[in-house]
Formats: sequence, structure tokens, C-alpha cells
Amino acid sequence: MTDKADTELLAWRLRRHVVQMCSSGGSAHVGSGLSAADVIALLYGEILRVDPADPLWSDRDRFILSKGHAGACIYAALAERGFFPVERLAQHYQNGSILSGHVSHKGVPGVEVSTGSLGHGLGIGAGMAMQLRRAGGGQHVYVLMSDGECGEGSNWEAILFAAHHGLSNLCAIVDYNKLQSLGSVAETLGLEPFADKWRTFGWSVQQVDGHDHEALRRAFASRDPDRPTCIIADTVKGRGVSFMENSVLWHYRVPRGNEFDAAMAELQREPKTAHSVMSDA
Amino acid sequence: MRDAFIRALTELAGEDPRVMLLNGDLGFKVLDDFIERYPESYVNAGIAEQNMTAVACGMAIAGARAYTYSIGNFPTLRCLEQIRNDICYHHADVTIVAVGGGLSYGQLGMSHFAIEDLAILRALPEMTVVAPSDPWQAYALTRQLHARGGPAYLRIDKSAAGLPEGAVTLGKARQVRAGSDAVIFATGGIVAEALAASELLAAEGRSIRVVDVHTIKPLDIEAIRAAATECGLVVTLEEHNVIGGLGSAVAEACLEAGVPLRAFRRIGLEDSFPTVVGDQTYLRARYKLDAPAVVAVLRTMLAT
Repeated sequence: MTDKADTELLAWRLRRHVVQMCSSGGSAHVGSGLSAADVIALLYGEILRVDPADPLWSDRDRFILSKGHAGACIYAALAERGFFPVERLAQHYQNGSILSGHVSHKGVPGVEVSTGSLGHGLGIGAGMAMQLRRAGGGQHVYVLMSDGECGEGSNWEAILFAAHHGLSNLCAIVDYNKLQSLGSVAETLGLEPFADKWRTFGWSVQQVDGHDHEALRRAFASRDPDRPTCIIADTVKGRGVSFMENSVLWHYRVPRGNEFDAAMAELQREPKTAHSVMSDA
Repeated sequence: MRDAFIRALTELAGEDPRVMLLNGDLGFKVLDDFIERYPESYVNAGIAEQNMTAVACGMAIAGARAYTYSIGNFPTLRCLEQIRNDICYHHADVTIVAVGGGLSYGQLGMSHFAIEDLAILRALPEMTVVAPSDPWQAYALTRQLHARGGPAYLRIDKSAAGLPEGAVTLGKARQVRAGSDAVIFATGGIVAEALAASELLAAEGRSIRVVDVHTIKPLDIEAIRAAATECGLVVTLEEHNVIGGLGSAVAEACLEAGVPLRAFRRIGLEDSFPTVVGDQTYLRARYKLDAPAVVAVLRTMLAT
């Protein structure tokens, strides 16, 4: 586990990895990785009980990236936590590489579940949570979802199931950046009132600033003993690179040349200038 | 056949606490004994097959030995991507059980005809595909599948071949009638029609071998190659579309092995949906899957 300042630094390192990986790999989804970087830094920096030296440790917490297209950020987090060498991130998207655009568990220590098709992670997570509880363990299962993904009906099946069975060891986090593939979530297939939907389905729900580490810490710390938890993390797609923020274009565009240089320059900022620390002050 | 499966699974639950049965809210009363004896090993997942399948995968990854149970196409086609991405890609120990293979639910209409399942499940990497022909086989193969572990698909038929109990081995085709003029490869309860066709042709002095291919995948290529080589005339029979199921699998095996076939015919549904209803026996006759239809095909083949 790292201390709070380290987690801030980790989030910005993850963002630089994501931009670097998407640039050299020629891959899409840079905006999604930047959006989720704070949540992922919190999870891998402080929340998840995992052991890089023993990735299959039976008492570990489980993490599933249901929004598999943010795979670059997870690979970066695993490398930063020491599951494999950081140098390996350069293989992302390369011919013959196992570091696929959408996250894959095959041969990648620390990845529990492969995803990429949306609407799969929460059901798998519910199954894991049920079996771990059945076996008497104290492990928690965390599932990071996207907002657009909540258009998939399978998620609502899983939301019903987890609440019905009181899977209090299950925590869903929605990276609510309000943008999906071709436009805004509100214009495409609106989710609001989003938190109310989860609540009425029987979940304990908290909606927080998904770039505010203290707020995220509080949300992760306050779990209902009888119900599954949903943390709706209000985020900004492309967070940290001014010209990528809130832009559908950067769901797909590859940062290259001047754009790459400008993005990396912005991401060199010290965390003291970051929103999350400012809001803390 | 369904009850034989449940009896085997109930025993397995007693022997192996990792067994977990997830039901898609079907099978009124038939699971009561299991539920009463092993309530901790049972969940009715409701009418939500995508989630049931994903949950089964998650439970298996976390240490359970999971079974999903429903009827017709609900535990297979409805949630096919969960089977492919979740169960198969993770090689999760999940056995998918569909009651009502083929035209078992003949009066219920097209939605309940499982007639593409073998082709579709067979195409998935990692998947084992089994269609027993008799209740005793369903019992034995359930236990053998459990010993082997998932991913697996078990297709439970309402009809039965009616053969006496004998030895059956997962992955090994079973000759159930000797013969040398032609061979019928069949799968599931419709093996009964192949046996009846063989009997009818015996009266005409023809010796027709019948091979029960209860395991569609992995296919017993050696046994199929040997029987096809010895007989020269090959017919496949399945309560399934002619595309992609047993017939296709046998054709692939014979062609790749260079078997010198004199003739080959697939008997199944001719790439169309049955549009009338009726019991399984009626529909087999109506769609030319019954013994007289098989006899007609074989007579033509034998005459040329």
C-alpha cells in the first residue's frame, strides 16, 4: 500500500503510460484510460489487497475491468504495482503481444478476467463474490464499469442478482464521464436518474468526484454490510490533457506528433496542481 | 433422461461440495430433491440467462464447479457470448445443461426447438459437446463430464434410443448395431430411428451398422474413420439442422482422413425451421428424420 501523495503521483504516472502506450501502439481509447486513472490508482495504490509476488494468492481481492477498452491503464497499474516490468508496457498493441487493447488475462499476471465485450464484468464479479462468500472468505470483488456500458441489459440482470443475494462483498464503480462511443450518454441512451436506478434496485450508492482521491477514499471506506455497493465516479473523459477533456474525438484518436508532445507536457504536472489536491486544501 | 442427469448431479453434489447448480427458473418439481438435500449448492438465478452464465463463470473461476440448467436455447443461444468470452476463454469449469434437445418440445413451437445448438457450441474453442442417447448414458456421461471438468455442453433429449445399459465412455463413439453394407452415425435419442431403420433393412437382407456418437466434440475421429472405411456408405442422422452438427463433423473427419466413401448423406432438418407443431415422433416423420425416411435414403444409396 502506498501513502496518499504516492497515489496522486501514481495516477499521473498511469496517465503518462496510457498516452505513451496509445501513441506507440496506435491504439484508441486514450480518453477512457485518462478518465479512470484516479479510480484505478486508488484501487491499486490503496484499496485492493493483492500481492504482486503471488498474483493468485487465495485471499486476494478480485478486480474486474468490465470496461475492457481501458486495458492500457490496467496494464500500467499492474506494472507500476510490480506484477510485471514496466518495460513490458511497450508491447501493448504490438504484433505477437499478449497485451491486447481490451484487457486479457492470458499470460498477464494480476488480470483476473478478460473483457472487451461490454456487460460481462458485473455478472462474473457477482459470481465471484457469491462463491467467495460461500467459501467463507473475506475477499472483496471490485468491478469497474463504464457509463455507456450500462446500456447492456446483462448489467441490469446482474444488478438485480447482486442485490437479491445481498452480495455486500461486491463493489461496482462506474466511470461516469458522460461520453460514449459516438456522443454523450444523455443523447445516446440516457441513464439519469442514474444513482436512483441503482438505489431502487437495492444497492448502496455513493456519487462522488471521481478525480477527488479523498472523496473516493471515503466512498470505498463506507460499505453497507448487507448490500452491494455502487460508487458512481463523476469523471472527465480525457482528464489531465486539456484538449482531450470532454471530447468524443479522443475516444478514438491516437495521440501523435505535436499532440503527443503537448499531452505528455501537460501530464508532467506535479500533483499539487491537480484538481483532487486543490479540492482537498 | 432429464431425471437421470439430475440423479447423477445430486450424487455429485453429495460427493463434491464445490458443485453449484444455477437454474434459469425452469423445471417445476424436478429439482426438488436436489434443492432439499443441497440448498447451499443451488441458486435459482431467475429468468436472466446472460447473468446466470456470467455468474456461473465467476463462481467457477473462484473455485466452484458450476452447472447452468435451463431448457431449449435459453442456456445456450440466449447467452452465447457469455459462454464464448466468459466460460470458454477462461476455461471455466461450467457445464451447460439444456433440457429439450432437438424437437423434444415439439408442441411448444419454434422458439423451443434446439436445432442449431450442436453446431454453434461445437464451434467454440475449449468446449466439450455431449448428447446422450439414453437415460443411463445421461447418468454415466454426467459423471464422466464432472470428472473431466468444463467447459461442457450437455444436451438432454426427451426421447431415448431404448438400448440396454452398457459401457459408455466420454469421447468414444459406440457401435450399437453391427453391419457392413452402410453405417448410420446418429446422436441423441434419435439413435432409436437409426436402429429401427437398420432393423427394417435387415428384413431386406441389408446389414446396416449403427454408431452412437454421443460425444460430438471431441469427436472420436478414429472410430468414425474406421466404420466409414469398412462400410463405404455413410449416413448421419440428427435432430438438428444439417448444417454444422454431427453430419458436418463426420464429413470433416472422413474427408480429412481420406476415407474412400462411395456415398455420403446427412439427414437432419434441411436448413429450415419447422413451422408446424406436434410431438417429437410426429415431427420426425413430418420432417423426414424417422426410420422410414432413413430407410428411403439408404435404399437409394444401396441401389447405386
